This record gives sequence, C-alpha cells and structure tokens, in this order.
Amino acid sequence: MTLTTIAFYAFAIVLLASAVRVITAKNPVHSVLFLILAFFNAAGLFVLIGAEFVAMILVIVYVGAVAVLFLFVVMMLDINFQELRQGFMQYMPVGLVVGAILAVELVFLAVTQLAGGPVGGQANNAPIPPVDQVTNTEAIGQILYTDYVYAFQVSGLILLVAMIGAIVLTLRSRPGVRRQQIGQQLDRKRAEVVQVRKVPTRGGV
Amino acid sequence: MSDPMSNPLLVQYLPILVFLAIATVVAGAMIAASLVVGKQKPDAEKLSAYECGFEAFEDARSKFDVRFYLVSILFIIFDLEVAFLFPWAIALGDIGMFGFWSMMVFLGILTIGFIYEWKKGALEWE
Repeated sequence: MTLTTIAFYAFAIVLLASAVRVITAKNPVHSVLFLILAFFNAAGLFVLIGAEFVAMILVIVYVGAVAVLFLFVVMMLDINFQELRQGFMQYMPVGLVVGAILAVELVFLAVTQLAGGPVGGQANNAPIPPVDQVTNTEAIGQILYTDYVYAFQVSGLILLVAMIGAIVLTLRSRPGVRRQQIGQQLDRKRAEVVQVRKVPTRGGV
Repeated sequence: MSDPMSNPLLVQYLPILVFLAIATVVAGAMIAASLVVGKQKPDAEKLSAYECGFEAFEDARSKFDVRFYLVSILFIIFDLEVAFLFPWAIALGDIGMFGFWSMMVFLGILTIGFIYEWKKGALEWE
C-alpha cells in the first residue's frame, strides 16, 4: 500500500461516512457541517487524481459560499424538523423509486466505463494532457473559453438569472426606514425653513 | 501508482497531508484523553443550558433575516465569476483573441446583473 492509496481510502471512507451522516443527523445544522466535511474530502480526492483547480474551487465555492448559504437557509426557515419527519413513511416509496433510478444509472455508468465504452458522450473526446506538462488549471483554460464557448456563455446567463431571481424574490423596500437623502438636504432653501421672529421680553413666542 | 514520489504534483501536497494527519491525531488525542482521564458524572443540572443562572427563555435558534440570504447568493455569483477568471488568466496566451472576447462577453452579461442590483439597491443594507 502506497501513501496515495492510503490517502485515497482515508478520504473516501470519511467522505462516505459524512455523506451518510448528512442524511441521518437529527439536527439540520449538524447535517450542513457534515456536508462541509464531505466537500473537503471530495477536494482531497480531486487532488489525488491531479485535478488541483477543481479541488480548490470545491473548497472556495462549495465550502466557502454554498455551505454558508445552506446554513443561512437552515437558520432562516425555522421549521420544526420533528414535525417534518412525521410523514417519512408516507414519502418513502417515492424516495425509494428515485434512489433506485439513480443507483441504476450509476451502475450503468460504471459498467460502460469498465467495458471501455465512452462515458459522457462528446465531453470526453478532448484529450487530457499529462499532468506533469500542463497543469490542470491551464488545461481547463485552454478549452473552456474556446471549444466550450456556448456552455461558458450559458453559465454566465444562468448566473445572471440567479442574481436577478434572488433580488426579485427577496428584496423588499422597508417602509419607515430613515435614510440620509443628500439631494433633499441640499435642496432646502433658507427662506423655506428659517423664520426670524421678534420675541417680546417676558412674552415668549 | 507504485511510488508516491513518482508524481511531482502530489509531492507538493505531502506537507498538507502530514499536517492533516497531525491535526487529526492531536484533536482525537484531546477528546480521547478528556474522556479517559476526566471524571464523568453527568446530571440533569450539569447538562442543561446555562444562561446567567436562570432558565433559558427561548431556543438558541431564531429566524434569520432574508437579507442575509440575498447577500450570500450575490456573493456566490461573483465568487463563481472570479473562479472562471483564474484558468482564463493562465491560458490567455494560448486561446487568443477569441478566448479574450469570450470572457469579455461573459463579464458583460454579469455586469448587466451588477448594474441591475446596484440600481435596485440590493447592495444597501438599510
């Protein structure tokens, strides 16, 4: 057993164990924390196959941003998760069917791969340059912006839709919030707001 | 993979692996030692939440404002935009003008979204 093999099995075991804990943990916040652990171990696996860039992006985007978003959502919803669990037996048949379909697809992919067939159709046709000559980041950069330009632009449009959708859904103007409005302040004329009055002695205004 | 030293990429990551192993061992040793050495006599009062001597008023989990979610989504989107810039910057010499303008169009699309959120006031907190 070489060090690489040991590291692979360590990462894979922790990844699978934390993935199981994500769906079995009682507390949803614990689920999110186990999800973060799973992301870290997946990043370790990516490093082991030489996909440095994908590993780092997994840590930056998924751990740094998506997991935080999940935590916000879990905290924001304020659902009683005990109540949510009561319909578990009711939904189990549907869940089992979906799980079975996914499992069949995975087995199908694995069998095709073992038989030496193409996996993923066209996407697999680009030759993968050797890791010691071209780094992973450079290899991605050489094809992503030219060969896969449509997929790249579509991803930009999807990000735009996500941005506008999030703003449309969540942005509310709050009444009763006092903001400084500099234009209004500067517009005030002296004549409108200042009055000079004669105040008689001992009389008051 | 016969020898770990055969792959120069993984050799660079070896210190991180050593660091991870040490961190795991130290953290595990601390938990195990406190379980073994320390006296464990739990009772209901020791295990209950402590809040300045009186009973806790409410659950520690409370509703978050939806605006945190909006800020988080906007952060993820620009995070991804920057992530796309890294391979582009490295490979810019190879991909030529087409690759350059491809990225400019991508940035332009996201700039439209940026202007939209700026004008909508989504970046202002209050």
